[in-house]
Amino acid sequence: MADLSIDMCGIRSPNPFWLASGPPANSGEQVMRAFDAGWGGAVWKTLGEPIVNVSSRLGSIDYAGSRMVGLNNIELITDRPLEVNFKEIYEVKKRYPNHAVIVSLMVESKEDWRDIIMRSEDAGADGLELNFGCPHGMCERGMGSSVGQEPAVLEEITAWAKEFANTPVLIKLTPNVGDILDPGLAAVAGGADGLSLINTIKSLIGVDLDTLAILPSVRAESTNGGYCGPAVKPIALHMVGALARDSRIPIPISGIGGISDWRDAAEFLALGSTSLQVCTAVMHYGYRIVEDMIDGLNNYLDEKGMASVNDLIGKALPGFVEWGELDLNYQVVAKIDADTCIGCQLCYVACLDGAHQCIHTHQGPCAAFHGESDHGMNPRLEVPPPVRHNGNALLAMVPTVDEDECIGCNLCALVCPVPDCITMEERPGAPGRESWNQRVARGLA
Amino acid sequence: MDAGKSSATALADNRLEQQFSDAKPLYTASEAIIEANRCLYCHDAPCITACPTGIDIPAFIRKIATGNIRGSAKTIFRVNMAGASTARVCPVEELCVGACVYNGFNETPIHIGRLQRYAVSAALEAEESSGRRLFTPKPDCGRKVALIGAGPASLVCAAHLALEGVTPIIYERDPLPGGLNTTGIAPYKFQSGDALLEIEWIIGHGVDIRIGVEVGQDVTIEQLLADHDALFIGVGLGGDTALDLPGSDGPGVWGATDLIRRIKNQPGFEIPADVGSALVIGAGNTAIDIARELAMLGLPDVALVYRRTEEEMSGYAHELEGARRYGVKLIEQVRPLEVVRSDGRVVGLKVLDLINNEAVELACDWVVEAVGQQKFDGALAPGVERDGQGRIIVDEATRRSGHPQIYAGGDCINGGQEVVNAAADGREAAFAMLRGWGLEVGLNPGAA
Ligand SMILES: Cc1cc2nc3c(=O)[nH]c(=O)nc-3n(C[C@H](O)[C@H](O)[C@H](O)COP(=O)(O)OP(=O)(O)OC[C@H]3O[C@@H](n4cnc5c(N)ncnc54)[C@H](O)[C@@H]3O)c2cc1C
Ligand SMILES: Cc1cc2nc3c(=O)[nH]c(=O)nc-3n(C[C@H](O)[C@H](O)[C@H](O)COP(=O)(O)O)c2cc1C
Ligand code: SF4
Repeated sequence: MADLSIDMCGIRSPNPFWLASGPPANSGEQVMRAFDAGWGGAVWKTLGEPIVNVSSRLGSIDYAGSRMVGLNNIELITDRPLEVNFKEIYEVKKRYPNHAVIVSLMVESKEDWRDIIMRSEDAGADGLELNFGCPHGMCERGMGSSVGQEPAVLEEITAWAKEFANTPVLIKLTPNVGDILDPGLAAVAGGADGLSLINTIKSLIGVDLDTLAILPSVRAESTNGGYCGPAVKPIALHMVGALARDSRIPIPISGIGGISDWRDAAEFLALGSTSLQVCTAVMHYGYRIVEDMIDGLNNYLDEKGMASVNDLIGKALPGFVEWGELDLNYQVVAKIDADTCIGCQLCYVACLDGAHQCIHTHQGPCAAFHGESDHGMNPRLEVPPPVRHNGNALLAMVPTVDEDECIGCNLCALVCPVPDCITMEERPGAPGRESWNQRVARGLA
Repeated sequence: MDAGKSSATALADNRLEQQFSDAKPLYTASEAIIEANRCLYCHDAPCITACPTGIDIPAFIRKIATGNIRGSAKTIFRVNMAGASTARVCPVEELCVGACVYNGFNETPIHIGRLQRYAVSAALEAEESSGRRLFTPKPDCGRKVALIGAGPASLVCAAHLALEGVTPIIYERDPLPGGLNTTGIAPYKFQSGDALLEIEWIIGHGVDIRIGVEVGQDVTIEQLLADHDALFIGVGLGGDTALDLPGSDGPGVWGATDLIRRIKNQPGFEIPADVGSALVIGAGNTAIDIARELAMLGLPDVALVYRRTEEEMSGYAHELEGARRYGVKLIEQVRPLEVVRSDGRVVGLKVLDLINNEAVELACDWVVEAVGQQKFDGALAPGVERDGQGRIIVDEATRRSGHPQIYAGGDCINGGQEVVNAAADGREAAFAMLRGWGLEVGLNPGAA
């Protein structure tokens, strides 16, 4: 069993899994149940001047029968009195001294920052997270993402916090910016100890087609909200990786955005996260998901021969390069395994209409599908149909890739419903490596 | 020639059929969406090829998944106006579902029949409540077609004709329209009330049905030919073939389709309390159906009696499996010799054990003969011919007989297949007539 414990800029935690600031970390009772379930830390629901929340608040995207692949919310920060929150934080820390409790904060004036930081630390906070990310409601009041989008303001407030704080200060970044490096560098300049990202993406989740009300509906009206959940993971991964690989960002990162299981977690770690925060997946399935996150990550680390979770941090970063550095001479082609092919021909139609027209069937053009003419795009194959050994489906339904024409885009392998039926194999005999930048340097481009 | 319109309310209550519940109940919306989303949306999908009416199955399933129920149902009806009944009566395991690529993937194939039932019933419900019709028939083009028999073949033919502005008039000798869809389908799949509702929907597009008119008796084919532009023969098959075993005359011996029809349609028909066992002679799908129906109605002891082995049965394996779940047994390799009676009451069936070559008496209270239906042998017009097995000979593509105005389809041309084959015949005959008159085949150009 690998060692999962982490130390993120002085914040220690028995494992890298923290509740993100949000509904699952709203109260002491919840956080204690989460710790009992196995969570290593919690970033408390953002504290600030008490606000009033609206009803309803959440909307979601379902995709192909899967519920809540993306979640949108118009909730603001805590709506519970500050004294109550601090009392509960104190209670939690007293009972769970080895777990990490980070308090998320969002206020306006320098005085307010000093006051709330002192009260948080008095309550026992192990660290602070400044919420510069909320993309709705709070930004209209000059807080949240309106800070995160102004590097100069972000740097100034970070410096205030560092002036008052005795515990580590994490800056939570908004993804609603042109280049995530701008706020990241500003946080470093302000003296931040760590970064947390991403907060939610400015979004509008949808329209009820019966009533034409925008969702989530507050008496038939709505407003833009923040988007999170599995759908945002690729955006978060990119931003985490972009900061982690930049030498001007020497501070650790807490990765957030669409983490639902240990696989997501491992990817965030490999791209440079030290801790991991989860909100939507807990809102969907409850605290219990952490059991498999811990178990799965452990097994993975064991399998990879890594003794500590720290060994995985940033392991994928060397492969994250600019497009101009990619090898233009590398070529893969698609190979269809006739034995496992079930004859659905989704690869055929995907390549024909969406890629390079180089997968062919052995039945000739399908009139029902293409109408009268296929404009010569589906030549009858000269090659014999593939030979299969297990008799799974109709032999004639197995398509064949014209390898000379294949551009190696992956699309067919992505649409194929059978795991490993279509593989991308390197075309042998390629000349040595040459990137675009190298070509430019040689004066060729 | 009295014109009598059919109506679902024509069915009396207190029929045994009503005691059965659906073996495959209607999906709820969320069940349907979950199942629809499992469909891979194959290109050139094998399920389409396996469907005798060529429904674009991946397309209608995708429309369920996107919430386009109206479009989904129209995709089905466009090529199969009996989509409501075929969704429920088709042996999908042998057709579309059996062809699903998931079968080669150790994955449960898509429940296509149940999805079709969902799409059709949700769309028809919406049509009823909104008053927005799925299909609006074209204006009357002045042509008239007579159809003999109100089974699925004629009904589908008539529906497609009506949509194109032709006036179809169906002549049916029985008091209830629908053919075997109303009188024969196993009640755990589809009941007469639903069959009649489908017919009402079809009639609503401008189809005339004359009930209680036997063609050949009450009106001749020649008379019909004189009054109509074309004729469609959809008379199905005849009554049960009898084995004429010694002792079979008298109570307690039934023809299978006769007994099924009583269970489905005859008000007050009951199985006497002292009948506890039945032997069904035959091993086709009709034999399996009646055996399962009797077992489901509470007979503790029901067996099929078959002269060959299970492997050689013409009934589908999935149907036999279904019947076995209700305790139906299969007695193989015996030949019936004689119905044994005592004081006039059936007490057994004497059979020849073909392996030991000796006569054995099997005790039973009822004997049901399910050894086939007679071929249609009614009067035909000159030019219309039958093959050696009594099937009317038609051109494969157009379903036109040797007589230029006479078409035929369904069991009377194929010797007894499925409702969906009758539907395909009806549609193709309608399209052939329309093309012959230079009329547009608006609903579905070129569907195979
Ligand atoms: C017991 C049983 C169970 C079956 N179960 C299934 C099943 O589960 N699924 C499935 O797909 N198929 C099933 N079938 C087969 C299916 O019912 C038939 O293939 C289908 O009904 C054939 O349709 P049709 O229109 O050709 O004939 P029919 O349905 O037989 O209709 C013919 C009609 O013509 C009428 N008629 C006949 N002669 C005249 C005349 N001279 N004048 C006026 N009217 C006349 C008859 O009264 C009848 O109404 C079953 C068949 C049987 C017997
Ligand atoms: C209902 C809701 C409320 C949230 N409230 C806060 C908040 O008060 N402070 C904060 O920093 N982030 C808040 N977030 C953002 C989450 O902490 C997190 O950054 C984001 O949801 C992405 O992670 P996920 O994909 O795991 O949900 C909230 C998210 C949701 C869904
Ligand atoms: S990799 Fe792309 S181009 Fe090559 S066969 Fe697959 S879809 Fe076509």
